[in-house]
Amino acid sequence: MIERVVAAIDQGTTSTRCLLFNRAGRMLAVAQREHRQHYPQPGRVEHDAAEIWRNVMRVVPAALRRAGLEPRNIVGLGIANQRETSVIWNRHTGTPLARAITWQDTRTDGIVARLVDGGHSPMIKQICGLAPATYFAGPRLQWLLDHVPGARAGAEAGDVLFGTMETWLIWWLTGGPDGGRHVTDVTNASRTMLMDVSTLSWSPKLLELLGVPARMLPEIRSNSEVYGQCTTMLPGVPVAGALGDQQAALVGQACFSPGEVKCTYGTGAFLLMNTGSRLAESAHGLIPTVGYLFGERPVYALEGAIAMTGSLVQWFRDSLGMIRTAAQIETLATSVPDNGGCYIVPAFSGLYSPRWHPEARGVMVGLTSFINRGHLARAVLEATGWQTREVVDAMNADSGVTVSRLKVDGGMTANHVLMQFVADVLDVPVERPLGSEAVSLGAAYAAGLAVGYWSDVEVLRANWHRAAAWEPAMDPALRERERGNWGRAVNRSYGWVQSPSPD
Amino acid sequence: MPGSIQSIERAAAVLRLLGSTDRPLGLGEIADALDLPRPTAHGIVRTLREAGFVDQDVESTRYVLGRGLRELDRGGWDPHDLRAHAMNWADSLAGSTGQAVQLGVVADRAVRLVHHVFRPDGSPQRIRTGECQPLHATALGKCLLAFAPVASPPVRDLDLHAWTGRTCATVAALEAHLGVARRRGWASDVGEYRSGEGSAAAPLRAGGGVVVGALAVVGPVEDLFGIGGELRAGTAGQLLAAAREISQSLVVAR
Repeated sequence: MIERVVAAIDQGTTSTRCLLFNRAGRMLAVAQREHRQHYPQPGRVEHDAAEIWRNVMRVVPAALRRAGLEPRNIVGLGIANQRETSVIWNRHTGTPLARAITWQDTRTDGIVARLVDGGHSPMIKQICGLAPATYFAGPRLQWLLDHVPGARAGAEAGDVLFGTMETWLIWWLTGGPDGGRHVTDVTNASRTMLMDVSTLSWSPKLLELLGVPARMLPEIRSNSEVYGQCTTMLPGVPVAGALGDQQAALVGQACFSPGEVKCTYGTGAFLLMNTGSRLAESAHGLIPTVGYLFGERPVYALEGAIAMTGSLVQWFRDSLGMIRTAAQIETLATSVPDNGGCYIVPAFSGLYSPRWHPEARGVMVGLTSFINRGHLARAVLEATGWQTREVVDAMNADSGVTVSRLKVDGGMTANHVLMQFVADVLDVPVERPLGSEAVSLGAAYAAGLAVGYWSDVEVLRANWHRAAAWEPAMDPALRERERGNWGRAVNRSYGWVQSPSPD
Repeated sequence: MPGSIQSIERAAAVLRLLGSTDRPLGLGEIADALDLPRPTAHGIVRTLREAGFVDQDVESTRYVLGRGLRELDRGGWDPHDLRAHAMNWADSLAGSTGQAVQLGVVADRAVRLVHHVFRPDGSPQRIRTGECQPLHATALGKCLLAFAPVASPPVRDLDLHAWTGRTCATVAALEAHLGVARRRGWASDVGEYRSGEGSAAAPLRAGGGVVVGALAVVGPVEDLFGIGGELRAGTAGQLLAAAREISQSLVVAR
């Protein structure tokens, strides 16, 4: 009998990976390649989409080799991707017209400010559920159309296509210039600020508002269906699942019931709560979004997005040179008993959920001669803990459901000091599942469901096993005092940037 | 007294030359600067590259000092780096064996747990990262005694406290166990620390084959071992495969 497995591509912010999973949801092999981060100007972060596609063509065969498997062993391929990162390309050559603009890039602050000043926010929010922010893909597409030579004319003539990363990869996997499928999925589309979140189709009003020609947009599909067959690399293997990475993690963590919450700690951190068939409104700075669409009825989610968590550790490592590897921040943090009164607010590109202050910038406060590198390491980790707490507070207020435990995944769950701190400040248990690769697993689940490898989500729920749990152990008085200090530190980050950058 | 060894002198000269500039050097430059024939210089840099002491830029094919060199004065692996490299494979091992998995390093005269994956059966468990366990009475400890002689204290200096009736409480008994462990490549504990709880542990090797930690499968003695006291079929293979994958990742990351 030949072994059958599902392949997942996790196209992330810093790397592209391929993972293979068996029916029990256990990872059999992984291969990974990092891609270059381009920082042409402050506030701009770009990726080369062609490099990312080349990396996909390397990591997929590498993962197969590691597992000793061949393409015929793969029943389906699922994709999870960094969301909101936007690329436009020529449909006849497959060449990107410009580097992809990533989700961390804030160049669209002028466009967003004009949308807000023009009084369009209520209409935008009513149609797509999102308040205008530089975070979303639509304004990036407008920027590309306005600034890249030939982009608008090419788009209007049908020669230039738009996509977020899953669209770009599915197009190449299924043939590229030679008949590649130009599709996206509801979760990625829900982050463009161009999709009507109640009908799950492109909104003509929003397209008009942002000046986007409809013919350059991909077709919106469910998260779990056969989009097409691979023509190269895995010939004949169905591409059968696609989700934005955070929604993929919601699926990978088996959060299939309303009220279930997960938080993925990666470059940024993202909390998603399943809100069932109801698109929850947020009065507290969260993002109502599509959780997943398997079949006919969408499951919605509330999301809290924290821009800098793992990337703050990277900055601490690469820009400050305080540690050699990300993991060593735990070693440094345990060299001191507490933060020594120091707090770091990582508003490097403004503050995201729940505060949404784009003009805020990072601050480090409470510095005295007493503070050493160990205290700074603590402050870096604690910033992630407190930002998580603020999002959970907002979620409790918006959803009416009190978060009673938090399922976590992602690279930072390797940091036990951080996980204990999150449990301490939330005052709820934090649980890590076996296999912290929830993002990739979610993409594999979507593809496997589409091709009948798994019968339904209940089977997937049984694959979830607790691998670690951290119980809250902080003195409540200390927790309240520290929370107050954090709040005062955040207040000092506000209002730093005085005017949006010119386009 | 034997004379000095020429190839080592030349290797040292290559390292000093690479360390004297910020710019990557080509093979020709190295050979010229040290007045060596090209094939000789090539043999030396290639050997140094294999040892991790020289890195070669893929595009320009020029050479720089290797990352492995910087590790030499670091005093061993950071336990949190070990955990980060081990995490995926430790999870995978817990999944395939259905048992808890632990990762330990030598700390003073004990094993310190630097990672712990729960037994994936939903039963209530407490995270044990940071705990210390006796070297002579656990599979992790015996594995480190057997395979990491420099990092571990000498057996005769240990307090061989009899935690259970099965603990190796004499130097001779412990040495016999370590001999078995060295022969078969992994150590075991059949209820020698906590009655009824057993474990099997294999070494984790970083660059140069140096043992930097140990990986253990931990569970009820009767789940792990058969009636004859032998580890159940498949478990040893899974343990060794996971240890090999983690070791490979440590070597690559060097």
